[in-house]
Amino acid sequence: MNALYVICGLGFLSLLAEITNLKKGLILAIIPGIIAATILMVMDWNTTIHYYSDMLVFDNFSVAYTTLILVISGVWFWMSGAYFKDQPHQTDRSALILFAMSGAIIMVSFANMAMLFLGVEILSISLYVLAGSTKESLLSNEASFKYFLMGSFATGFLLMGIALIYGATGSFAILDIAAYIDTNSFVLPGFFYVGVLMMLVGMAFKISAVPFHFWAPDVYEGAPTTITAFMSTVVKIAGIGAFYRVFSYIFFPVQSSYIIVLQTITVLTLLVPNVTAVYQISVKRMLAYSSVGHIGYILLAFISNSITSSGTVFYYLASYSITSIAAFSVLNEVEKNKGALGFDGLYKRNPLLAVVMTISLMSLAGIPPLAGFFGKYMVFTQAISNGYSGLVIIAVITSLIGVFYYFKVIIAMFVKPNNGLPISLSVSTSILMILLLILILAIGVFPDMLISLLSRK
Amino acid sequence: MILSFLLFWPLLTSVFLLLVKLKNAKEIALFASIVELIASIVIISQFTKSADVQFIINIPWIRSLGINFSAGIDGISLLLVLLTTVLVPFIILSTFGSSEKRSSSFYGLILMMQMALIGVFTARDGFLFYIFWEMALIPIYFICLIWGGEGSGKITLKFFIYTLAGSLFMLVALVYLYLQTPDAHSFDIDALYSAGRSLPLQEQSILFWAIFLAFAIKMPVFPFHTWQPDTYTVSPVQGTMLLSAIMLKMGIYGVIRWLIPVVPMGVQQWGNVAIILSVIGIIYASCIAIIQKDFKRLIAYSSIAHVGLISAGLLTLTRIGMQGAMIQMLSHGIVVFASFYIIEIIFERTKTRDLSELGGIRNVAPKLASVFLVVMMGSVALPLTSGFVGEFLLINSLVQYQMIIGAIAGLTIILGAVYMLRTFQKAMSGETNKTTVGFFDLTSQEKIVLYPIVILIVAIGVYPTPLLEISEAAVNNLLVIVSDFSASVK
Repeated sequence: MNALYVICGLGFLSLLAEITNLKKGLILAIIPGIIAATILMVMDWNTTIHYYSDMLVFDNFSVAYTTLILVISGVWFWMSGAYFKDQPHQTDRSALILFAMSGAIIMVSFANMAMLFLGVEILSISLYVLAGSTKESLLSNEASFKYFLMGSFATGFLLMGIALIYGATGSFAILDIAAYIDTNSFVLPGFFYVGVLMMLVGMAFKISAVPFHFWAPDVYEGAPTTITAFMSTVVKIAGIGAFYRVFSYIFFPVQSSYIIVLQTITVLTLLVPNVTAVYQISVKRMLAYSSVGHIGYILLAFISNSITSSGTVFYYLASYSITSIAAFSVLNEVEKNKGALGFDGLYKRNPLLAVVMTISLMSLAGIPPLAGFFGKYMVFTQAISNGYSGLVIIAVITSLIGVFYYFKVIIAMFVKPNNGLPISLSVSTSILMILLLILILAIGVFPDMLISLLSRK
Repeated sequence: MILSFLLFWPLLTSVFLLLVKLKNAKEIALFASIVELIASIVIISQFTKSADVQFIINIPWIRSLGINFSAGIDGISLLLVLLTTVLVPFIILSTFGSSEKRSSSFYGLILMMQMALIGVFTARDGFLFYIFWEMALIPIYFICLIWGGEGSGKITLKFFIYTLAGSLFMLVALVYLYLQTPDAHSFDIDALYSAGRSLPLQEQSILFWAIFLAFAIKMPVFPFHTWQPDTYTVSPVQGTMLLSAIMLKMGIYGVIRWLIPVVPMGVQQWGNVAIILSVIGIIYASCIAIIQKDFKRLIAYSSIAHVGLISAGLLTLTRIGMQGAMIQMLSHGIVVFASFYIIEIIFERTKTRDLSELGGIRNVAPKLASVFLVVMMGSVALPLTSGFVGEFLLINSLVQYQMIIGAIAGLTIILGAVYMLRTFQKAMSGETNKTTVGFFDLTSQEKIVLYPIVILIVAIGVYPTPLLEISEAAVNNLLVIVSDFSASVK
């Protein structure tokens, strides 16, 4: 909980920094602040304290997810120095990111539907603005507008769902709702199920599961690359966390009413984005589709068993977001270099960037012994042990399609003729790249600590 | 202990070569691979000829999933480890005379490949086996991609996706077996064996195909071979050597270790189909080899034919079939390495691999021609060469299995003689023409590589017993397991 205070405090501090002219030192304050918040969060492990009349609860689930959010955000601030440096509205930007982070933390630790809604809104409204933060760019404006329209539409669904469930069960508190469902599972009114489905639709929008994903590629492509990186990592973690909490903690007893819908969504989320990604020319857009595709694997683990999959889902998310932020860091550096187009011949221009990108793409494709492979392996094991072998075959085929489009980038980096000047990296970026590389390898080779963190059996 | 060294020494040197860009990388790589060879010789000297698994390493790795870092060596593993450690120094040596400079990472990748190969041949945990299996793919992919010829991007991607597809199905099968093991599941090889054997026929059949697919693509067995000729042709010659001389043995070894004992009923049910596919592959590939103009492609197709015979003999589940497969794996590795090296030597000097442009090399380079003659004899399985022992045992096992299949498979010797003698005639004999007139004979560096190989080809052919003895106990043990099982079912 203290971590949430720190993050909110940092947000206000950034706003004040604009007035007091402390802009330059701001980033220097934010990174230690995030590190402090992470430490405070880890100290909450195994405490499970309820706050504000049971509005928020920091159980091990939320501690793990919040820590992941904080770590990834810390890395994000590290990689996106240029997004703040010498840019207008620098303090607004950092404040918005920090508020988005606090929204994300609330989303993974709510104990009350009202807090879920608040968390979703705090996160989303910040992001609507951030997606349009390159004001001169038409694409960025378009992204912001699309995101806002689709996002508020989805929020409407979510809110309506919450209202219907409140009508049926008489409570916003998730424990009360779960208890009510448990005791009255045969006399629940029809509109309760409508409410569950509406919440499913609302949450599916937020995690961009197919067929509610149409906003994602355009928004990801139009938004500034750093914001895209934030959206495809931190926001995904928060979305999955909230999704998991809602559907595993509350609605598990009535799973039979929506499982078919969720299975269909899973199959579509595996197939559609992976196939579409093959046809993309822009690496950024390809990564956008791939991030939607990875949601499919997480959903596959989730539907196979919403209770025992917590360790698998968390590991997959952690490996995915670390790998993804590495890939986006490279993309960010490559885009900064205006003289050269794209990834062609990157290995000659900067071997470190090319190697980091290669390792991240191979991890996303699920090649052992990298982190992404372990995630996929655990998803497959989870699904097969619960009798979802058919879906695993689909997932195997989509991973193969994944290899195809990820490796197109790798081939371009190593084989295509070099079409630009060498890219030079700052020392801090180089350190970040090497650090991410080691992380991807380390959690791939020693996955045990992350897996056993959240295993519920 | 010594096995840990065997596994991690190439990894260490490979990481060193990948991180540090050195001028004399090839000397370091050669040194590393010779140290590795010495370590493997130490292993042979300490190896006792029994069916037991020796030099065992067993360290818990991922406790919560029952995965151990578990490896060991028995007779079957030992022969393949030996093949790897013997050939890698020669492969590295073969770059010494080349006109193209290879960077330090090239050697790093070769050594990483060596580590993964030894891992595949010694792993005794299903998960570890899979990790090594895939790890072998990554370095060879980059070797072929970065240093490959025109169009390497597309061709190597096809190769990668093809093999990965096979391995993913194998992974699914392994996970399925893992979930059949008793509670607190385990990937231990013995646990997987007993889990697999207890399954009913229908499930064993599905598992058989899922696992066999991975191995069949790697070998490759007809009709899963379409990636192979292009990949062999486009790769740099060291990549082709690694692929054909060592990596395809991963597939055969996989059948021996991870297919036959795991799903014996499935193998008995479907082995016939797999044998017929292999035999079709023999004839098909030999016929294509006969009409090839490109020298490298010709050897690529001949490799499909040879491997088809090995896999067919292996699946007869007889002692001579298995022993023939073991010895033929070694022989094929050595012969195909030498063939590709000779092609590279000719290509370096004439800048062509087109057989119709060559001719008369014997007149200008008699030493090369004699070496090629011996290698060719080994390839067509002439008595007193290494190829003969293996092919004889394999065809013998197929004849015992079913006369007609044995007869068709036996055609491989005739067809092999046709395309190899034709090659010799076109490239070596005849009149010297303008492409070959400036041809010079073997340099001393090339002799260092080729002469020991020639000696090996003859030595194995004349006196194969020591090698056969190494694997005999382990092969017998394997067959006892399989036949015990089928007896108990009946």
